[in-house]
Amino acid sequence: MIGLALKMLFGDTAKYLMLVFGIFFATFLILQQLAIFCGLMLWTTSTLKNVNAPIYVVDPQVSQVNETTPMRDTDVARVRSVSNVRWAMPLFNGIQRVKLDNGAFKIIQLAGIDSASLAGAPATLVEGKLEDLRLPNTVIIDKLAVNFLSSDPDKPIKVGDQFEINDIEARVVGIAESMRSFTGGPYVWTTYERALQYAPPQRKMLSAVIAAPMPGVTLEAAAAEIEKQTGLRAYVNRDFSFDAPDDFNTMTVFWFVKNTSIPISFGTTVIVGLIVGIAISCQTFYAFVLDNLKHLGALKAMGMSNFRLSMMLVIQSMTVGLVGFGIGLLATAGFTFTAIKNGAPFFMPTIIPFAVFAAIQLICLFAATLGIIRLSLYEPAAVFRT
Amino acid sequence: MKPATDAIVQVDNVEKTFNSGVNAIHVMKNVSLAAYPGEILMLVGPSGCGKTTLLSAIAGTLKVESGSIIVFGQPLHSMSGSALTRFRANNIGFIFQQFNLIPTLSIAENVSVPLLIQGHSNRHAIKAAREALDSVGLADRWRERPNKLSGGQQQRVAIARALVHQPPLVICDEPTAALDSKNGEIVLDLFLNVARTPGRAVIIVTHDNRILSYADRIALMEDGEILDVTQQSHNIPPKFIHEHPSPTS
Repeated sequence: MIGLALKMLFGDTAKYLMLVFGIFFATFLILQQLAIFCGLMLWTTSTLKNVNAPIYVVDPQVSQVNETTPMRDTDVARVRSVSNVRWAMPLFNGIQRVKLDNGAFKIIQLAGIDSASLAGAPATLVEGKLEDLRLPNTVIIDKLAVNFLSSDPDKPIKVGDQFEINDIEARVVGIAESMRSFTGGPYVWTTYERALQYAPPQRKMLSAVIAAPMPGVTLEAAAAEIEKQTGLRAYVNRDFSFDAPDDFNTMTVFWFVKNTSIPISFGTTVIVGLIVGIAISCQTFYAFVLDNLKHLGALKAMGMSNFRLSMMLVIQSMTVGLVGFGIGLLATAGFTFTAIKNGAPFFMPTIIPFAVFAAIQLICLFAATLGIIRLSLYEPAAVFRT
Repeated sequence: MKPATDAIVQVDNVEKTFNSGVNAIHVMKNVSLAAYPGEILMLVGPSGCGKTTLLSAIAGTLKVESGSIIVFGQPLHSMSGSALTRFRANNIGFIFQQFNLIPTLSIAENVSVPLLIQGHSNRHAIKAAREALDSVGLADRWRERPNKLSGGQQQRVAIARALVHQPPLVICDEPTAALDSKNGEIVLDLFLNVARTPGRAVIIVTHDNRILSYADRIALMEDGEILDVTQQSHNIPPKFIHEHPSPTS
């Protein structure tokens, strides 16, 4: 029966290809749009990944990591004084302008970290030494900055090169791996004190206090204690999770979802993908069933039960869904390769392909259901009249 | 004169109306008819007289409003849809006017369909299908698609499909309508062989006067009624009419 169903499906090449194309198109559109959306949302939390610390302590008005309400430097000591806190260090985080050799200006994401502990330093250096950050006027740049901050495309920035941040010299002593920022600029690390020199002076300059709990104390317990004793807002920095609404990553992503039109834009495209998938697959599959109605009616007359005929249609539609989804997934993988190579945001959580596969199979089941309804209304006696 | 045996198809006082109210078409009026093992029974009459409707009712593909249709002792008029489906799969071979071969399947695959419906394995079904094709002279073309065959050859494939599961009753709707006289004769010779196989009967609806000489009996229909049933002169050998298999419901 399965072989019969598949031969009937593959035998009608034009309709089969049309069906597969519809599902492929829907899959590709939905997958890549969702992945770009997730990639963009991930970029919004890049500071939390690049300046990694278990707990972020910020002003109570701050609702996401890219928003900065400066605090007093004394707030670092207040956080340190909390009994559950093992260490607490200052962090400067802000967008600054860099002047290149040719006089052009570029935007960077400047992170100023504690010079003694280097807490918040990049996790992986591909070149240079972290300790050199303690030398005068030194910075560590990320791999994006290597080309981004170079005035000559043929001469990428290397260790030992210099540029200016707000007219103050910055010498590169290391190159690090990093996640790209939402604003598109590269990450540049320096010490907290030097970051205050690079940045235009303000009355308060401390962006956040990064901290870690005492051994045996959970992040949540330490954060709660910090909030209780200082009146500041302490966020846990694990990773985005629907189960962790108080995580700073989750808070940041939800802030962008609620306060920007990004989800509407991507959501619209995903819905268009679904509609196109539903329209093409349902219309074509229904036409396929109508074209084969005479043959399916003959099978019905010859004694094939409605259930087995229905299963044949389900097998046919789900096979189309499987093939179309597979090609769509491959195309998305190809797109991903190109997109990541060109620095586009792209992140596909494991659940997305599974969810899209389920959605595609639901579309196919819906298309099969339309065919099954039409077939169930077809009297086997009609085969004698056609 | 009827053969001296029990009918394998017994239709009594059957009524069927399509549509209702002023649009009602009374297609079968108090129709009674029987078919006996070993015979070719032909239903003839003008278009729209109810021949195909009666054939559909005998095949168990159409419900009637009143009267009874008993095939191999099974009351089709009172059976459930699923029981009718099983009954058709096991007892009836179908030959349609337009052959209704599935164009995307090979000839052998088309012929194997009734066995697949019965639940046989694909391997067994294809093996039996090739044997059935051999019996209609198409053994060497089993891999080909139906569109590579002439009308007569396609009809022979349809006959092989109707016989592959060895049903005791074969139902044919205008089997020679699309055939020239030479192919029509070949097909009718095959039907004659089928009908003369012990325990089987063939019921044919036709407009084609050329093939009437093959009938053992001819039922003339007009306006939904059986006007006359004529016995043809050639006799059915007795060895065929006393043996027919028990029906499988």
